Amino acid sequence: MTNNSLDRFDFDVIAKWIAPGERVLDLGCGDGSLLKFLAQARNTHGYGVDIDPANVLACVRNGVNVIQSNLEQGLAGFEDGFFDHAIMSLSLQTVHRTVPLLEELLRVGREAVVSFPNFGYWLHRQAILNGRMPVSKDLPYQWYDSPNVRFFTIADFQALCEEKGIAMRELKAFDEGKEVTEDPNFLASLAICRLGRD
Amino acid sequence: MSDKHSVGVVSPQRAHFAEPIQLASGATLAAYDLVYETYGRLNADRSNAVLVCHALSGSHHVAGHYADNPKNVGWWDNLVGPGKPLDTDKFFVVGVNNLGGCYGSTGPGSINPATGKPYGADFPVVTVEDWVESQARLADRLGINQWAAIIGGSLGGMQALQWSLEYPERVRHALVIASAPKLTAQNIAFNEVARQAILTDPDFHGGNYYEHGVVPARGLRLARMVGHITYLSDDQMGEKFGRQLREGVLKYNYDVDFEIESYLRYQGDKFAGFFDANTYLITTKALDYFDPARDFGGDLKAALARASAKFLLVSFTTDWRFAPERSREMVYALLHNNREVSYAEIDCNAGHDSFLLDDAQYHAVMGAYLHNIAV
Repeated sequence: MTNNSLDRFDFDVIAKWIAPGERVLDLGCGDGSLLKFLAQARNTHGYGVDIDPANVLACVRNGVNVIQSNLEQGLAGFEDGFFDHAIMSLSLQTVHRTVPLLEELLRVGREAVVSFPNFGYWLHRQAILNGRMPVSKDLPYQWYDSPNVRFFTIADFQALCEEKGIAMRELKAFDEGKEVTEDPNFLASLAICRLGRD
Repeated sequence: MSDKHSVGVVSPQRAHFAEPIQLASGATLAAYDLVYETYGRLNADRSNAVLVCHALSGSHHVAGHYADNPKNVGWWDNLVGPGKPLDTDKFFVVGVNNLGGCYGSTGPGSINPATGKPYGADFPVVTVEDWVESQARLADRLGINQWAAIIGGSLGGMQALQWSLEYPERVRHALVIASAPKLTAQNIAFNEVARQAILTDPDFHGGNYYEHGVVPARGLRLARMVGHITYLSDDQMGEKFGRQLREGVLKYNYDVDFEIESYLRYQGDKFAGFFDANTYLITTKALDYFDPARDFGGDLKAALARASAKFLLVSFTTDWRFAPERSREMVYALLHNNREVSYAEIDCNAGHDSFLLDDAQYHAVMGAYLHNIAV
């Protein structure tokens, strides 16, 4: 959905977690630019899933495999463990059925990669303190036109993973493209994590 | 669409095949003709050929019009032409009338050389596999070793899929539109109603009506009426006809009251006026029999493992005859074989017939996919 507007730094992070020749699934794949990037950088064999007709057309134009499908309806057609990595790049916050989808990611993928905007970022907190909903580079929408339906912080997501027995194998946090190592829940606007089942 | 996007005046050609063809049923045809049309030019390395496969009532006349009949425009003219999604400036497009057809290729109405009379009931049942085999011979004849793409909607999509299984090395891309890997019981049921309408028409004469100088028009008309209902969506029928009365008042008899009745009668009459009943029977059987997974214990993934083409599948949200779910079965079977596959589900209210319309998203996806095919 929002892959299109992203700088490439998060693509680089994701690519580092992908081994050459892997099978990858990108849920909410937008115009397919991440899959195209991974195919070039890692020689992956990938498929995207998106519901938006404009994105499906963009993927076809980009020569990226795309399956037009509604993520809210789950991934019933996909076999268990078929993909090395199931990716949701800035799309988890746009679906209602968060937990079932996370579980589906780890059913069809050996590992999952999930990136999301951090609502707990200090500028977002400041906006709320000032009485306005946050709008930033990683949360670029107004409250009335946002495709995001779930608003959560890095700490919220960590707590959910723990509760659901999902192992967070790695977490990288960024502030406007620069990596944040200290107190990411306060200082990072974007988080990218690698998830698995132990 | 203006004239510059039309392939213009076209004329059918005929190829005669003297070598016998062994059919799936076990029967053999000693010799046969196929009529076909071509648009665009075959390039020097013969890498730009596209085969368009027709559905139940289609023909080789895919695009353009005839000099002596400008109103007879090809059935997929909105897709095929210069600058259109299937661009004849780039591709060499071939349309062929299938074996058993009634538009010029050898079929039940053709003269059986063994008897000097029309084949009639003696014409063998042909299958999708048989069509692919006969089309492959036409490809040989035209010097086309490998198709850049094979495209078909509905039953035509089944042929595109079957090509990718029977001759994987001869198909680079398969575009399977509004199709299914096999019919459902409901689909077969509709076909059986259509067949019974024809078979029980007193003018059918066991399939040998030609020599009686009649056609089973009543049966064919009913068959088409039933078929037509299944090609449209409930929504679209509601929008187009609703409960509108033909003459504004109820008549309290069995003439036409509602517009939908008038429409179905018109479509039925029109169809019965030109289509061959035996061809209709054969074609519905080909639909019913198609099931590439049958030899694999029903495992579609195993059946499609042979394919090496890249695939585009398209379905339409309101198509209940070949529902999106049926396309998804093929998509997942291909994906789990690691095949390149894309799938678009077009939001169009026209039911199964959507595949013949020029919905903007549908044609944009088709055009984008075809544009990326290297020739």
